[in-house]
This record gives sequence, C-alpha cells and structure tokens, in this order.
Amino acid sequence: MEWTDAAAVEHARGGNADAFRVLVDRHSRAVFRLAYRMTGNEHDAEDMVQETFLRAYKQLGRFDGRAGFGTWLYRIAANCSVDLLRARKKRDERTVEAPVDAVRSRDASPERLTQSVEISGILGTAMKELSQTERTAFVLRHYEGLAMEEIGRVLGVEPNAAKHSVFRAVQKLRRALQPAMGAAR
Amino acid sequence: MTHLSEEQLILHYYGEPESAGPAVHLAVCEQCQREYDALARTLDSCDYAVPERLASYEVAVWHRLEPKLARRSWSSWWKAAPALAGLVVVAFLAGQWIAKRSGGRVQPATVSSASAISGKVRERILLVAMGDHLERSQMVIAELVNTRASGAIDISDERRRAQDLVQDNRLFRQTAVKSGDGVDANVLDELERVLLEIAHSPSQISSPELENLQRRIEAQGILFKVRVVGTTAREKGNRL
Repeated sequence: MEWTDAAAVEHARGGNADAFRVLVDRHSRAVFRLAYRMTGNEHDAEDMVQETFLRAYKQLGRFDGRAGFGTWLYRIAANCSVDLLRARKKRDERTVEAPVDAVRSRDASPERLTQSVEISGILGTAMKELSQTERTAFVLRHYEGLAMEEIGRVLGVEPNAAKHSVFRAVQKLRRALQPAMGAAR
Repeated sequence: MTHLSEEQLILHYYGEPESAGPAVHLAVCEQCQREYDALARTLDSCDYAVPERLASYEVAVWHRLEPKLARRSWSSWWKAAPALAGLVVVAFLAGQWIAKRSGGRVQPATVSSASAISGKVRERILLVAMGDHLERSQMVIAELVNTRASGAIDISDERRRAQDLVQDNRLFRQTAVKSGDGVDANVLDELERVLLEIAHSPSQISSPELENLQRRIEAQGILFKVRVVGTTAREKGNRL
C-alpha cells in the first residue's frame, strides 16, 4: 500500500515530486530533532531541515541504497550542520562565548551550581564545545540510538573511529557536568 | 583484579554487543559498579529536550521546500506547464467573453472596468472550477468509504480518477496559498494527501487494507471539510 523509502527514492529520481514528499513526510521530524541537537537553535535547525532535503533532492542520483535512506539523510544533515556551524562560528567570532572550562571554574561550587545553573544549560554549552565529529557521533548514539556501525557510515569513518568519537564526547560532557551532578545528588 | 576502563563502561551503558564481559565483571566488582552508576547518572541527565513541532509540521516543511525544489528541477516546471497553461487559457477565454459581450468595441474609457470585470469573471470561473473539482474528489472518496466487500476489491477506477485529480488539486492549492487563503489551502493539502494515497494504492486491495484506508480517511474528517469548502466556493462563485 505505502511506498517503501527505496521505492519512493526510485520514483522521486524520475521527477515525481509526490514521491519525494513521501520521504519528507516520513523523515522531516527526525531530521529536525537531529538538527536541533546539532545546532542547539530552533531557527538554525529549521534552516538545516530545508537544506538537508534540498541537498538530498539534488543528490538523489547518488543514493546507492547500501545504507538506509534515513542513514543517508543523516549523513547529509551532519554535513549541513558542519557548514552551518562553520558559518555561525565566523558570524559569532566577535562575540566571546564562555567555554566549558570557564563555566566550570566560574561555577565550581556545587551549591552555586544548584542555585544558578541548570544541568541542561551546562549541557547545551558543553555540547557546543564538542568537535563536530564528537557532537554528531554523540547525538546519533545517545539520542537517536544508532549503532556504531551506522554512525561510522554517517561520519564516513570506520566503526572504531565512530566509537572513539563517542568516547571523547562522553568524557568531555562528564567533565563539564561533574560539578552539577555533585550538586544534584 | 583488572578494573573496567571508562570506554568499556560507556559501551556497556549503550548496550553495545561487546559489553557482555563488563556485565559479568560489574556483578562482582563494587568499585566498577560505583563508577558505572556515576556514569549512568550523568548520561541519564543528558536530556537535551527538543521543542515540540505541530501536528502539521510535515506539511509546513513541504510548503517551504516545494517552491525551492521546483526552482531546481526543470522537469517539475514542464509537468506543471500544461495545467498552468490551462489556467491562462481560462483567463484568456474569460477576456474574450467580455469582449464579445461588449460587441468587440472596447472603448478606452471602458478598458479599466472591463479588466475589473474580467478579473471577477476569472475569479468566478476559478471558484466554480474548484467547486467542481472538490465535488469530483468527494465522489471518489465517498465511493471508497462506502464500499463494503469481502476478499479482494478492484479500486482501479477510483485510483485512476484520483491520479487525474491530484494535478488539478495541486494547482488549486498553490493558488489558495498565493492568495493567502489558509483555510482552503489546508483543506486542499489534506485532500491532496488522501488523493495521493488512493492514487498510489494497488489496483486490487484486500478488504482489511480497504478498511484501513477507510479508517484513515474517516479519521481526518476530510469528506466534511471538502464538502464545506466546495459549497462555499460554489456559492461565492455564483455571487460574483
């Protein structure tokens, strides 16, 4: 009754916009979730959703079906976020953001943390401090539940390298969240 | 005793296949279990809430995306061209009709009023055409919803009619979007989804598949919405 992703891609390649719409309907929410966690910003996430599908549409001919369409789309979204965050970094160069270490030293006291800093706030800042690869790997593993092998495919690296990106991300986040976790106990 | 590394604990937390060994160790090592609990507490707290999207999110994404896709794809333009040309022909014929009524003598002083009238006539034709389109769509959907059968059902006729209606529907929807008529645009959008679903169904479907389709259509209340918008369009067209 319903098109599979592969069938919809096949029809969309032939210029059938309705088939592409099926893919957009099916995946746009997941792409938004990923985009929001990658950018930490609703407006940027919406732009990223648009850009991801535009690129996907343009590159449909290159989709070889070896990975699922969702995985392929995640790869495009991850690349979009690299470009977007790079552009944003340039834009924000004049404004100095507090790095994770600065947040930690300033708010080192657990008491102060419980009073003034929400864990989610620290997490947001700490996520921004991760490298692009670490952040993508962590988001895909922690929130999207992708297997290391799939994360490797999204990042275009071996599963072992993907695993190490997740390790580094978790270690950095742990360090950043440590004081708040102590306060929350 | 060799304790577990942080990497092993992380893999265990995420349930990776190689985490079976660490599970055995954790059962007997209090120190590693404490370490693991701390890690799990931190990772459990990493709740990076994503703002909720509206139920119509996919529709909004598509509406924003569709014009950009059309710009990137010549094939889309070529496909839409005959139908758009049809609308231009309607406008042209309406203009001719006005000219004939005025005996072919369109005085300079009457040009502006003739243009205004032809604009009204064009709007009337479009409204009446949309009313007819909605009525035809309603008939296809009503036939499907009211079909009661056991075993395989041949819906090739409804499917073919839905395929024909999809293209027209898209034009009416785009016109509604451009003219800022959100209510019509939304109903036409919902209708388009239903028509697409029928158009993409196999010619023969089983009775459980038909029942599923009927449930989905009825859940949206699309028949009622189409009836209301269709009646409103026809009445408005007749008043012009």
